Amino acid sequence: MAFVNSILLLNQLNQVVVIASGYNTCDYIYDSSSDASQLGPENGKMPSLYSNLLQKLEDFMIKDEKLGKDQSQRAIKSSLLSGSMSMALCYIQRVFRSGPFHPQPRILCLQGSPDGPEQYVAVMNAIFSAQRSMVPIDSCYVGAHNSAFLQQASYITGGVYVKPQHLDGLFQYLTTVFATDLHSRSFIQLPRPAGVDFRASCFCHKTTIDMGYICSVCLSIFCNHHKKCSTCGSVFGQAQSDTSSASDLKRKAPET
Amino acid sequence: MANNIAEKRRQQEEDDEEEDGDLDGWGERNYADERSWEALQEDESGLLRPLDNKAMYHAQYRRRLRSLSTASNSQRIQKGLIRFLYIVLDLSRAASVMDFRPSRMAVVAKNVEAFIREFFDQNPLSQIALVIIKDGVAYSLTDLGGSPESHVKALMAKLECSGDSSLQNALELVHEYLDQIPSYGNREVLILYSALTTCDPGDIMETIQKCKKSKMRCSVIGLSAEMFICKHLCQETGGLYSVALDESHFKELIMEHAPPPPAIAEFAIANLIKMGFPQRAAEGSISICSCHKECKVGEGYICPRCKARVCELPTECRICGLTLVSSPHLARSYHHLFPITPFDEVTPSRQNEPHRRSQKTCFGCQQGLVNPGNKPSLHVTCPKCKQYFCLDCDIYIHESLHNCPGCESLRAS
Repeated sequence: MAFVNSILLLNQLNQVVVIASGYNTCDYIYDSSSDASQLGPENGKMPSLYSNLLQKLEDFMIKDEKLGKDQSQRAIKSSLLSGSMSMALCYIQRVFRSGPFHPQPRILCLQGSPDGPEQYVAVMNAIFSAQRSMVPIDSCYVGAHNSAFLQQASYITGGVYVKPQHLDGLFQYLTTVFATDLHSRSFIQLPRPAGVDFRASCFCHKTTIDMGYICSVCLSIFCNHHKKCSTCGSVFGQAQSDTSSASDLKRKAPET
Repeated sequence: MANNIAEKRRQQEEDDEEEDGDLDGWGERNYADERSWEALQEDESGLLRPLDNKAMYHAQYRRRLRSLSTASNSQRIQKGLIRFLYIVLDLSRAASVMDFRPSRMAVVAKNVEAFIREFFDQNPLSQIALVIIKDGVAYSLTDLGGSPESHVKALMAKLECSGDSSLQNALELVHEYLDQIPSYGNREVLILYSALTTCDPGDIMETIQKCKKSKMRCSVIGLSAEMFICKHLCQETGGLYSVALDESHFKELIMEHAPPPPAIAEFAIANLIKMGFPQRAAEGSISICSCHKECKVGEGYICPRCKARVCELPTECRICGLTLVSSPHLARSYHHLFPITPFDEVTPSRQNEPHRRSQKTCFGCQQGLVNPGNKPSLHVTCPKCKQYFCLDCDIYIHESLHNCPGCESLRAS
């Protein structure tokens, strides 16, 4: 909260938009440029925009839980990173269209849950689109191990990836690393990227490999020579007579 | 309508150029590109109507999308993702004609540079080479390579035109090179032809049959007029033939060749290609890089097979010939394999249905979908997740993002 306020204070033209991504939905929580955030009753000591934000956050959590109640327990609970990144990018495109005096947009992802492998393609699409529009994606990961998606996102788009060691000092991490605007970043010493591992993992054993074989039709990766591709069903060394079926092309694992 | 205006404009320009031989003709030339009064429209009572550019642009975009996706969305069409493309530039006398400003050659060079960057953005595993035709002979300007900078630099250094153009010589040269590449690659040729004649040493029909037998897909973009021989070449080899009407049309036509084309069934042989995924060299390690033959510190990649150092990816290791890529390069091509469904337009009649969720803002960018006066503006909806999007988000999602935010925000069960 204090972080959002501090960004808004830095420059009159600054805008902040908060998007929450839960297990089942994503939604816009707060938009500093919309007029609706000015209204709302004064809630004791907190000014109206804070209470609005907290209230919306609570509503969002309730809605998210309700949607998830009738589904079975999953092994990995991951949040919908791809959905919220796509929404953020659409909003940024709208900012670009709004005229010549817009501030330079960037995305900050604060994530605690692990990566969901089924989102790999969608997350990579969002990352490449951000790279094309020159929007850096910063990430602050507060979960257990490292998030490969966020590391790759920050590396490819030129953002900063931080995994804070002490969660009590989260506000300090946020203000010192992420509050500066893009122009000043060249003068400030930011945390250096620790070397992102871009090796792929093979589809049969899910181990990371140095050298592998790639199917020329569907680009799936195998560690040793096969006769038939397991994703698209094409037989190697023969001409294809019909197109691949739609159901075979689902991916099951990310390549980290 | 825009095409008619462009055609009228071109005829007018050619007339002007013939008349103003001795005079500089700068009076006519200044107005030639800016006949903005022709673009105005009148309504029934004769009053000027403001141009609704947005709806026109969107209609054009949707037409293009529909023509591209009519076949490909009913079944997944196999696309040639690993492409080896030869770009043939015609630098004969005809390329110095000034009907494209400043000259055909300059326009072609500028658009080819933009095309090369876009091509490598969409096809990171592919390679391009440049060939120029000058004085009736074809020269190879650059070899097949995956780095856009080297091609652009070579192209900009050598922009002079003279002599005749020869289609057969170019095809023979390209055929010689493309015959050597392995069978999993998609062999393509893009010819940018400005001349109206071709000066051939032999029988060009034989050359065309040779190209067809080697499975080369030749496409031509003409800059002057339609020629039978180009049309025949494209029909025989399965490529696209189009003629550019003006600079912006030319840019559109050349960018159409950037996304991967559908692979022809009999030609497409699936193969397993051996590739390496190099790791970054350790910080502070000193070694001689194999591409520039210079000593470099840190910051490179090490080939997993022969341990040579390379500076950038994707590339082919110079020592052992292994193709080196990283997983984001493969990921760039995934949106060709998993395309998103085009959105449906929401017509005013459907908006009054009772079960329509009252959604006043676009799901992607939160922009209001209601015009002042409470009349809903044009918007579209995703057939899968039923969310509403504004026109700009529709264009952005389908051209750049390739993810529907609504579908991504739902947990797929």
